[in-house]
Amino acid sequence: MVSVVYKAPDSIQAAISILSEAEIATKILAGGTDLLIQMQGLVNESRLFVDIKKIPEMMQATLGDQGLDLGPSMCCAEFTAREDIRAVYPGLVEAAFLIGSTQVQGRASVGGNLCNSSPAADTIPALMVNAAICVIAGVKGERSVSVEEFVTGVGTNCMEKGELLKLIQLPRPAKNTSDAYLRFIPRTEMDIAVAGAAVSVTLDDEGVCTAARVSIGAVAPTALLVQEAADALIGTKLDDKALQAAGDAASAAASPITDRRGTVEYRRHVVGVLTKRAAQIAATRARGN
Amino acid sequence: MSKTHVTTTINGDVTEFLCEPADTLLSVLRNELQLTGTKEGCGSGDCGACSVTVNGRLVCSCLVLGVEAQGAEIGTIEGIESAEKLHTIQEKFLEHAALQCGICTPGLIVSTKALLDENPDPTEEEARYYLAGNLCRCTGYDKIIRAVLDSAKVMRGAA
Repeated sequence: MVSVVYKAPDSIQAAISILSEAEIATKILAGGTDLLIQMQGLVNESRLFVDIKKIPEMMQATLGDQGLDLGPSMCCAEFTAREDIRAVYPGLVEAAFLIGSTQVQGRASVGGNLCNSSPAADTIPALMVNAAICVIAGVKGERSVSVEEFVTGVGTNCMEKGELLKLIQLPRPAKNTSDAYLRFIPRTEMDIAVAGAAVSVTLDDEGVCTAARVSIGAVAPTALLVQEAADALIGTKLDDKALQAAGDAASAAASPITDRRGTVEYRRHVVGVLTKRAAQIAATRARGN
Repeated sequence: MSKTHVTTTINGDVTEFLCEPADTLLSVLRNELQLTGTKEGCGSGDCGACSVTVNGRLVCSCLVLGVEAQGAEIGTIEGIESAEKLHTIQEKFLEHAALQCGICTPGLIVSTKALLDENPDPTEEEARYYLAGNLCRCTGYDKIIRAVLDSAKVMRGAA
């Protein structure tokens, strides 16, 4: 484990001051379920850990008429227990519920999952289909970017030195809109996605899909928003042909690698199947709203 | 590097300790405070042997820093029994022979207590999912699940 200097500021302003003035390599400590493991392998190095869990805004979530203001560091156990949030964004909540064990969910957060920026992060596709916005605070003020712009590569994102992801904003979904997230793992619990797919659909009163977003995970360096898959759903009643076309578009957009979790061919196939099934679940939920 | 002074509450008792900022809560419990009931298995949050509660929430103590315990309420296996009387969960683990080597047992008992505090009447499926982060390499889980469900029955007065 590295040598650590630990600071736990109680305001966003104080955190930004510490982060921007840091003279050694700095890591933001949220739940620590990725960070502490990454640091175990390092010796003869030091890091400043800035624990942001004492900052009240980082730990709260408010659901209102405009949508959800999510404090990035609220732990998944608290987030997934919020029935009000589940009722509006069931796909995002099911993605957060898939992260690790009960113990890991007691620490891990949606913001931490996003900032760790793993290609296989479960919440990133679900955030993308909900058009989530990342509000980043820094010494020069605040900036807002979409999740698609936030993640830039395997384990990398657009955050610069001195910056803190202070808020994740999700717009309130339109009427008759819902989402779903599915991932495939070889066992039933506690594993990392071989492939994942999130879908959001909006239906009109006749059941015709008027808007859709499709995002796929673990099949490219970052989760991808697949416009072609969304286009295959829009204007249809989400019949088998439309679902197949969306799945085919997701498979075509994937650029996976072969590793111990799965081969290129397997991942490409599975991500199409997951897209079809997630679209069906999202549609069933949207009809019930 | 200078050590950090931490004041925390462990199993209801106010406790102070000194630790390096990089020390895990698991290491502090075992090596500074001699609370060796909490076990180290994987050290990476996969096995659940080091399960404790922090402010009532179940976590792996290997993935928490000792300094993060400042001002918090920690619950460990040592706080499960009361007045030297075994907790119902402990009795049921013995009765059902829900352990062999015993390394996973403290973590499983702490996790089972957290489960039953949240959900006094879990289905077998709910219990299995909740406890999926507690690995046991001996029992095959069947006896553990029987002990958990029997504990739940007794604790809610239905036995």
